[in-house]
Amino acid sequence: MSGTTGGAVGAGSASGTSGASGADWPLWEVFVRPRRGLAHTHAGSLHAPDAELALRNARDLFTRRGEGVSLWVVPAAAIAASSPDERDPFFAPAADKPYRHPTFYEVPDGVRHL
Amino acid sequence: MTAPGVALPLADDALILSHRLAEWAGHAPVLEEEVALANLALDLLGQARALYAMVGDEDALAFLRNERSFYNAQLTEQPNGDFAHTIARQLYFSTYQELLYGRLATGTDDVAALAAKAVSETAYHRDHAVTWTLRLGDGTAVSHTRMQRAADALWRYTGELFHPVVPGIDYAALHADWTARVTAVLTEATLTVPPFAPRRAGGLGREGVHTEPFGRLLAEMQHLHRSHPGASW
Amino acid sequence: MPVTDDPATTAALARFERAVAAETRIEPRDEMPDAYRATLVRQIAQHAHSEIIGMQPEANWITRAPSLRRKAILIAKVQDEAGHGLYLYGAAETLGVGRAELLDKLHTGRQKYSSIFNYPTLTWADVGAIGWLVDGAAITNQVPLCRCSYGPYARAMVRICKEESFHQRQGYELLHTLARGTAEQRAMAQDAVDRWWWPSLMMFGPPDGDSPRTERSVAWRIKRHTNDELRQRFVDICVPQAASLGLTLPDPALRFDEARGHWEFGAIDWDEFRAVLRGEGPCNEERLAQRRRAHEEGAWVREAAAAYAAKRGGRGGGEGEEVAA
Repeated sequence: MSGTTGGAVGAGSASGTSGASGADWPLWEVFVRPRRGLAHTHAGSLHAPDAELALRNARDLFTRRGEGVSLWVVPAAAIAASSPDERDPFFAPAADKPYRHPTFYEVPDGVRHL
Repeated sequence: MTAPGVALPLADDALILSHRLAEWAGHAPVLEEEVALANLALDLLGQARALYAMVGDEDALAFLRNERSFYNAQLTEQPNGDFAHTIARQLYFSTYQELLYGRLATGTDDVAALAAKAVSETAYHRDHAVTWTLRLGDGTAVSHTRMQRAADALWRYTGELFHPVVPGIDYAALHADWTARVTAVLTEATLTVPPFAPRRAGGLGREGVHTEPFGRLLAEMQHLHRSHPGASW
Repeated sequence: MPVTDDPATTAALARFERAVAAETRIEPRDEMPDAYRATLVRQIAQHAHSEIIGMQPEANWITRAPSLRRKAILIAKVQDEAGHGLYLYGAAETLGVGRAELLDKLHTGRQKYSSIFNYPTLTWADVGAIGWLVDGAAITNQVPLCRCSYGPYARAMVRICKEESFHQRQGYELLHTLARGTAEQRAMAQDAVDRWWWPSLMMFGPPDGDSPRTERSVAWRIKRHTNDELRQRFVDICVPQAASLGLTLPDPALRFDEARGHWEFGAIDWDEFRAVLRGEGPCNEERLAQRRRAHEEGAWVREAAAAYAAKRGGRGGGEGEEVAA
């Protein structure tokens, strides 16, 4: 068994020193805001030597069909993750507190706007 | 020679440059650039089709005219060369096209409407060209040499861009704006602005006179369509 | 599956298998068996390589497309394939392998791409046959992968399947236009279907009896169906579609089996499949050579951009900054 210990979104790869021939440009994670009023969400990753090219590449790659109105690019290496396993105790308590969720509560029939 | 009008030379510019850019498919220096170059090609092809529609049948115009009836600037037909040549061609052309479309967009006719839509695409094309001119010019010694060579080689085809096509446009002012913008980019990219005047003798693409590679481009582009006269695709 | 006596590993493996069986998605930082990781890397890399090698046979016709509408469609389609390659390399990278490493394995023949792309595109109709049959087969394979147990792969496939819906349609429409066109166009369409039909059936891989890894991949929810199941599904879809085109499929053994509710088809020439796989197909060397050439001729461009980022410093992210120092 093994688990990657790299970046939060799984950028476990040694993305290579950008200067060496044959190595990759650094890896960037791309976040797209699909439309106004919505948050940026993770769309995928790409390689670019710097932020400017990362943004341009992200525009070409992830918004070819008008999927977004705004982009963020983040060096994958700059992302800190909660912990190695995504199903670990860090998140466990949420499941114990169903009262945080609206569906926990019964509302009499006919009551609206709740 | 009958005057080609306004839409046709602009359409030919867009079609022929689109064709050249699309030749990169499968050959780009990095996968991300495959996507970027295809975007440029698609934008230009879309512009060409909208402009041809103002003149006649797009396929008849694209596939059934001979060399001497195309009015694209010779710059747009120049072979891709290495990536630096493609970028130099993009820098020169997209800077021109953005300035021209910006001026055209203030009009009220069909071409103005197309220009207004296309000017934002063109701004992106220039942005792409500038981004790469800087990286190649101010990257490694090898890339600097290649970019300078490309900037020099294509410079002589730029004078023609300012041969008047659209009535009412001040082409001298357009040329001055273009020179200022291109000079700024080349300088920032640590490149030397070619010292010689951007002119060549022997006729202009705007007059239906082209360079040798153009005949081969048309032969390839038109062969299939012409092999099946009257067929639908 | 590595045999081990280590209780911790055994427990972890049991946890993993329970999670997968319960349709829980596996994410990059979860623990996973080495063999699961290796299988995914191999499959996703091969899939990514197929997308970018697959650009070549169709790009072969971009400059000759016979109408501006078809030219635009074909540029957009080949562009999508580059994009899909990028999504897939991104998914593979979440498993700890860099793109440079994967490309190197492609360029040196240590990782494969789909054999279908070792066949040439001889006429314009081949663009249609690729869209209808090759993309059709790919979609049949890929739709179940949208529910693959590995999250990043499944997400990439969702995006790809959404974007690819136009690929198959444009191919079918192209062939339909040719089939209703001049006698020459019709002959061109039939010839293309004749040449692409059998290689398309081979795209699903060897028969289940000869596919040793299938069972484990199904258990791990990497695959959802066996090769033969998917191949049968594809044939069942294609037969009526061919009839609508007015074209024939080059298989005299095709007949509907009422009892099974499926189309029976003739024997596939697995010798040809293995020969192409060994590198003896019509275009194996050309495809790899072009890919290597593009990569090598692009090296100075990639180096220039990296050097520029290093000079500017700070905004390069990751290792780019170290080069600047």
